[in-house]
Amino acid sequence: MSSQPVDHSLQDPPKLPFEPLIQRNAVITEQPWVRWLLTALALVFLAGFLLLPLVAVFVEALRNGVGTYLDAVRDPDAIAAIELTLTVAAIAVPLNTLFGICAAWAVTKHTFRGKQFLITLIDLPFSVSPVVSGLIYVLIFGAQGWLGPWMSEHDFKVIFAIPGIVLATVFVTFPFVARELIPLMQEQGTDDEQAALSLGATGWQTFMRVTLPNIKWGLLYGVLLCNARAMGEFGAVSVVSGHIRGMTNTMPLHVEILYNEYNFAAAFAVASLLAMLALVTLVLKSFLEWRLGSELAATRKH
Amino acid sequence: MQIQIRGIQKTFGSFQALTGVDLDIESGELIALLGPSGSGKTTLLRTIAGLEFADSGRILFGNEDTAGIPVRERRVGFVFQHYALFKHMTVFDNVAFGLQVRKASERPAKDAIRAKVLELLDLVQLSGLDKRYPSQLSGGQKQRVALARALAIEPRVLLLDEPFGALDAKVRKDLRRWLRGLHDKTGYTTIFVTHDQEEALELADRVVVMNRGRIEQVGSTDEVYERPATPFVFDFLGGVNVLPGIARGREIDVVGVSAPLPCGTCDHTGAVDIYVRPGDLRVADAAQPSFEAEILAVQRTGPIVRWDIRARALDQQLEVEIPHLHHDVKQHVPGQTVRLRLNQYSVFARGAKGDARPKALPDTVLIGRERERGRLG
Repeated sequence: MSSQPVDHSLQDPPKLPFEPLIQRNAVITEQPWVRWLLTALALVFLAGFLLLPLVAVFVEALRNGVGTYLDAVRDPDAIAAIELTLTVAAIAVPLNTLFGICAAWAVTKHTFRGKQFLITLIDLPFSVSPVVSGLIYVLIFGAQGWLGPWMSEHDFKVIFAIPGIVLATVFVTFPFVARELIPLMQEQGTDDEQAALSLGATGWQTFMRVTLPNIKWGLLYGVLLCNARAMGEFGAVSVVSGHIRGMTNTMPLHVEILYNEYNFAAAFAVASLLAMLALVTLVLKSFLEWRLGSELAATRKH
Repeated sequence: MQIQIRGIQKTFGSFQALTGVDLDIESGELIALLGPSGSGKTTLLRTIAGLEFADSGRILFGNEDTAGIPVRERRVGFVFQHYALFKHMTVFDNVAFGLQVRKASERPAKDAIRAKVLELLDLVQLSGLDKRYPSQLSGGQKQRVALARALAIEPRVLLLDEPFGALDAKVRKDLRRWLRGLHDKTGYTTIFVTHDQEEALELADRVVVMNRGRIEQVGSTDEVYERPATPFVFDFLGGVNVLPGIARGREIDVVGVSAPLPCGTCDHTGAVDIYVRPGDLRVADAAQPSFEAEILAVQRTGPIVRWDIRARALDQQLEVEIPHLHHDVKQHVPGQTVRLRLNQYSVFARGAKGDARPKALPDTVLIGRERERGRLG
């Protein structure tokens, strides 16, 4: 006989041994001093490389007093730079939000040939150096570029003008919204949309009433990151802008010019504005992550 | 709404999901599409809904060909396996959705929508929960909201994809019974997909057993269970023991016992497989033709006692199910020998299992059932 006969019918189920609540995290097996050392190292690194520079920006900006600080910020060139930065962001961010939603929609809700290629293409701006992306536009639209002669004939300037700066910014910040939405929409699947369609909704109604509410927090998060980058972009913009004071200087470029002129207080004053933008972004980002986190958790609960 | 399905074919890449499916569904019927995963049952359901498109074949709602009618205009109530409730809307707004997205000219007045939604929530026994969000509901409640939402558009056919798949056993049973009641009350033509044979048999008027993209058998629940057309259907609807045997004319030899091939006038010669459900192996009286088996293990699950046995003549392990009243605790212990007989069984020509349809053996199955259901089957 190969198998041992067993009679389970009359036995009580075996009693589980009393299990104590988990007292220790099983993953942490290191000695306490190792743990303290690693934590301390991480904190020192963070303080030295992130916190210190941030503090330095504000300290340097206010070194010669609040008056100098305000003067630097109120300087007409500085105001022009701030205006230009805001204008560029106001154009680039909505454009990329729209593109990002379209791209994520196409990638996640449909199947088509070349989808993988599209996903790779979306990532291109992340993998190309910003300076190169700026140069591309110079090559196309510059005075010696492909379209340069035709454009100067028609008196339309792209390079060393606002359109070039917008183009470069759009290119560099393109992936942020799409990258944020694609995994989120992939996880949500297409059941909700199919349900809406089967209930008689049109494509547009489905998008506005079902898809958009489902992705709103992720979308905001992507827009926020996109905006931070749009305002802070240096490399690509630097190549196409021409650094004309009061005309084509964005805030990061303005900071550089002031710094190169040894006008440290003014440079740091404008830089502090960018740093504040970064802080606001961080706070909003944490808030959204908190919202997004609970939303994602709720999705998984279903 | 009467539905006719004609020669539906569907491939996904190189995978044949549906290979020429024909099916007629009567108005007001409750039909189960039953099969293992990959059998094409969900694809068929989604094709009827218009969420998938067949490569060839036609689906008619009444006399209307649905080809070219998008899902949006088919007026089908589709209930998804994971409900697909709109998380950011209240229960009320979920149910009202199908009415609110209608064109202004066809949309009922606000009061009418409200009355309709509340009436539906009453029907699915969720009155008072209209202001809740889906995340505040249990699985069974969500399922009923999804059902109410689908019913709101007064669908021509109600399609349910694994409606109880994500629920626990107790809720599933209750909801099943409740859904049957709801169907009897509302009379919607309903098709549901399931891989749970018990669910299909309990709930449906007719069961469509599917395998590998084709229909194996269509029949009432009694028909598919008691007269399975193919070995697959026999196997899929409950447990089975397959015994090798030899047919000689009107008789078969199986486990050293001679038994009739009892289909009236049929005869067959050659190797056959005898399909017996675990409950149809019974303890034999001394006078009955029987075979000897050794009990290997005994396990009691609720009202049924399950034995693992080894038939001496076959050296093959078999499964037996005995009502626990018939189980003698002292006698029937592992190591003991019992004498068993075949009660009801089906005979298929050898080699019929697997992808080949059963080779046409004249009157394949149909072995007389000893009508003794009254005496504890």
